[in-house]
Amino acid sequence: MFDFYFEIPLVIRLFLQGLAVIMVIFPIAGACSMAERKVAAWIQDRPGPNRAVVPWVAWIPFLGTFLQRLGIFHVMADGGKMLFKEDSLPGHVNKFYFVLAPIVAMIPALTTVVVVPFGAYLDAAGKIIPIGLAPLDIGILAVFAVSSLGVYSMILAGWASNSKYPFLGSVRASAQLISYELSMALSVLPIFLWVNAPGMEATMGFGRVVEFQSQPGFFGGMWFGFLMPLSAFIFLVALFAETNRQPFDTVESESDLVGSFHTEYGAFKWGLFFVAEYSHMIVGSGVFMLLFGGGWNPLPWVPLADLVGWLTQITPLASHPLFVGVLSISIFLGKVLAMIFFFMWVRWTLPRFRYDQVMKIGWQRLLPLSIANLLFYAIAIAFIQK
Amino acid sequence: MAVITVERKPLTFLERTYLPQIAGGLKTTLKHLVAPKKTLEYPEQRPAIPTGYRGVPTLVMDPNGREKCVSCQLCEFVCPPKAIRITPGEIPADQPDRAHVEKGPKAFDIDMLRCIYCGLCQEVCPEEAIFLQNQFSMSGYSREEMVNHKDRLYELGGTLPDAHFKWDKKKAAEEHGNAH
Repeated sequence: MFDFYFEIPLVIRLFLQGLAVIMVIFPIAGACSMAERKVAAWIQDRPGPNRAVVPWVAWIPFLGTFLQRLGIFHVMADGGKMLFKEDSLPGHVNKFYFVLAPIVAMIPALTTVVVVPFGAYLDAAGKIIPIGLAPLDIGILAVFAVSSLGVYSMILAGWASNSKYPFLGSVRASAQLISYELSMALSVLPIFLWVNAPGMEATMGFGRVVEFQSQPGFFGGMWFGFLMPLSAFIFLVALFAETNRQPFDTVESESDLVGSFHTEYGAFKWGLFFVAEYSHMIVGSGVFMLLFGGGWNPLPWVPLADLVGWLTQITPLASHPLFVGVLSISIFLGKVLAMIFFFMWVRWTLPRFRYDQVMKIGWQRLLPLSIANLLFYAIAIAFIQK
Repeated sequence: MAVITVERKPLTFLERTYLPQIAGGLKTTLKHLVAPKKTLEYPEQRPAIPTGYRGVPTLVMDPNGREKCVSCQLCEFVCPPKAIRITPGEIPADQPDRAHVEKGPKAFDIDMLRCIYCGLCQEVCPEEAIFLQNQFSMSGYSREEMVNHKDRLYELGGTLPDAHFKWDKKKAAEEHGNAH
């Protein structure tokens, strides 16, 4: 049925796949900015943006009103506004780097998704094959390497802006990233120690991690979030810090830094920073879910293969790779969106840490904790996997 | 004066991890997330106006549809920002139902760009003819639009119940032959 697709040259096929993924991530990142406003409003007992509507949608009886109340069309209104308003270029900036910064922000944000598998299907033998743009064996390393490049855009933006608050903001951003990158990397090491069991081919990819979380048995079906709660916690805190979200929002703290690195930006260049930030959040949440949240497995102790098995008893159509793929992608996407909601929920709950507290938490608390965590699991895994 | 020394307890270990407080905060915000909204969606929903509210000043008619204002100009004199401007006039002879009304304003303008909604005009009015009613929003595209003229003031004011029926009593008294 889909043979024609596999007759297209590989380069074009990969290009189409990449485009498809960007076409999903970009709108989600845009919608996230809307969701952020909506969640903020709900938490503050307000209805939130609910006015904009396209006339012919408003004519649909119930759905139209519902979509209007949900604020869907404000995404378009916001995006349209940002596209068409004056794209100002202040006179005192370093123009080349000033324009370069938002572009540099987008590139790592959209690149990391390449190595993140976002779904799976069962092949003829019943084996789970991950779906991803490039399911490389260096998975987590590539994510760490590329995602931390995002801070270059902030440094560039802050430096090219040639004014003091953006500069301070970008200095903070780089210091914060360095402080938390370390504990983040150390916190995931136990997982890769565990999945690279003796006698197996070594990998740093995510496919094996999810495979390990979908084994039979009590400990086999357990997600790594339950098996290594401290790792999950450290990773989560570091993720909040890396994506500059509350309570580690010191980079953008508008009360002491005006608007930080994007103070001098406006219109679409400003918008790109935020799409990049949300893309980082989406990919970060995806990585968290793959490592600690069971990936595309619907529930703990219920792997995807089991679910497909049950569905096949209802209808044989359920074992079709296309159906399994769509099912697993929606499960994974659902988990990622839940995670994004958690990000927003935290943002509208907590005040931001002071900058010295951020440094103290990073270096004096999380780093020793993650080292101790790594030692504990290294010894434990050495005993279990002898 | 006794000095009360408040003991400052050091934070416990759990408090220093921030975690119980963060969990408590998340619980609170979650409650608000699902709670009914407290805001009013303004142009469609209007707030309930409490009694005694001082909105836009208006002129009112008596239950017989006659203007109550006798253009005594007390409000004009008392008005602190000088927003009121009255041109007094006589009652035309060809209006028998107003025969016993002493006087009426020929023009009555309230400049809403000057008005400070203090309510002194309402307080000073001996005829209970001017009232600050419930309208709280007032907008226009030009300065002229923001001046309420007599017809507009009556349109805004409408008719309020009257406790005195001054002109009716005056008419009845005159018919009995004992004016005043």
